Amino acid sequence: MSPGRTLRLLWVGWRFHLANLTQSGFFVLVSAVQPVIFATIAFYMWRSGQREGTLLAVALGAGLMGMWSSTLFGSGGAIQFQRWHGTLEVLIAAPAPFILTLLPITIATASLGLYSVAGTLAWGWLLFGMPVDIVHPGAFAVALPAAVLSLGLLGLVLASTFVLYRSASAFSNLLEYPVWLVTGLLVPVSLLPGFVEPLSWVLAPTWGVKAIRRAALGGDPWPAVGMCLLLGCIYLVVGAFTLRNFERLARAQATLSLT
Amino acid sequence: MSGLRLFWQGGMFTYRALFNWISPVLYTTTMLGSPLFQILFFTYLGRTFTDRPDDFFIVGNAVQVSAMSGIYAATMTIANERQFGTLSPLLATPANRFLLFFGRSVPVIWNGLLVSVFGFAVGIVLLDLQIAAANVPPLALVLLITVASCTAFGMMLGSFGLRARDVFFASNLVYFLMLLFCGVNVPLDELPAWMQAVGNALPMTHGIEAARDVAGGRSLAGVADLVLSEAAVGAVWGAAAFLLFRFLEAEGRRRASLETF
Repeated sequence: MSPGRTLRLLWVGWRFHLANLTQSGFFVLVSAVQPVIFATIAFYMWRSGQREGTLLAVALGAGLMGMWSSTLFGSGGAIQFQRWHGTLEVLIAAPAPFILTLLPITIATASLGLYSVAGTLAWGWLLFGMPVDIVHPGAFAVALPAAVLSLGLLGLVLASTFVLYRSASAFSNLLEYPVWLVTGLLVPVSLLPGFVEPLSWVLAPTWGVKAIRRAALGGDPWPAVGMCLLLGCIYLVVGAFTLRNFERLARAQATLSLT
Repeated sequence: MSGLRLFWQGGMFTYRALFNWISPVLYTTTMLGSPLFQILFFTYLGRTFTDRPDDFFIVGNAVQVSAMSGIYAATMTIANERQFGTLSPLLATPANRFLLFFGRSVPVIWNGLLVSVFGFAVGIVLLDLQIAAANVPPLALVLLITVASCTAFGMMLGSFGLRARDVFFASNLVYFLMLLFCGVNVPLDELPAWMQAVGNALPMTHGIEAARDVAGGRSLAGVADLVLSEAAVGAVWGAAAFLLFRFLEAEGRRRASLETF
């Protein structure tokens, strides 16, 4: 495929799936309502403790929690959802490589996290009088899509591996809190046992929240933005490999439409 | 005798039907894995943001995680009948509706208790929660009443499933709102008055407060008012759930909407 057609496919796919996901009550809950609930809990806890740090950091962390949840549930079940809709065979048989039709889905699920970030910022500003003063607006405008992209590419890995499990959605439930915890979205990783830190390095939300927080609160966001992009490339390679494996097995064993 | 059979076997049968969409192994993993990490998350969040002792968060969340069963499973035991197309045959039977309805709550309550006990075990093993042996029996009673109360609320959500298209949105929402409104992680008196009023009308709120007091060494008599309040809240929600079930059953017959979405 020509680069122009590839970009068009990615763009149209992303728009379509983003619109599709926003019609789902579950994804609205996960991306817009749940982060606001968690942000409110964190705001009240932060207010009562009078600890150092700003409410803005809490709001951004809660927003990224929503981004992870929508990626986890949306991308984790991306292939399975296509199976249930009866569109998986068509997508596999299409001339375009399957990865180019799956990638817009996983990036769309991460993009839902933009609602989470916007929601928690608006919530904090309206109800808690939180000032939304972004120190480096330009860097913030780069850090946010970098975080979305890296989480979307992590979603590609989730999509191509979770499909091996019959109840991927239930399995996804298990990974929501642990990743919130080990990536330092609200709790500093330094408070956790030592073995957690290396684990946090390979997870995109760790660098996504660092990049966004440094852009918003001050500091150098670019190393974290770079890590988002580097991890994104690694996820893309791993995702392409596991996806090819899935496609080969599904064709060889005739299990493409089996749920 | 047949009434007892309907109450017991009917409840167990419906509970087993949950495994239609999820394997028992995965169900168990979800029921225990998610609470484990929820307790760890909020305890560490408490350490980060507040000066409150870990016990506040461990006990609050160890009780609240029973809603995994009390809200989700209870909703499904009612609402799944419509989802799976078995509602019409079920309601065509002359079975006693009271026994049919409340029989479903028994395995859900036991399941919720198990999840909560696991939550306390997590607190003891991983987070150094201390509970004196003498406090365990009163704590068990508080838990039983709280889980039953929460299950009554879950069954009310399930009853909405006789009419609503997507009742699971509500059950997901309620589970997370409980973390905010029921004093699980933020003391009720630190919330605005309207949120306190909502919290007091919800199950769990009084039970969690009682569980914290009992785990801290207070006698059962000392928390009697909280336990009675929790039981009263649960009884009201249970009655509302049953009335709603009967109302929507009648409406479903009248509008021929039992199988439509």
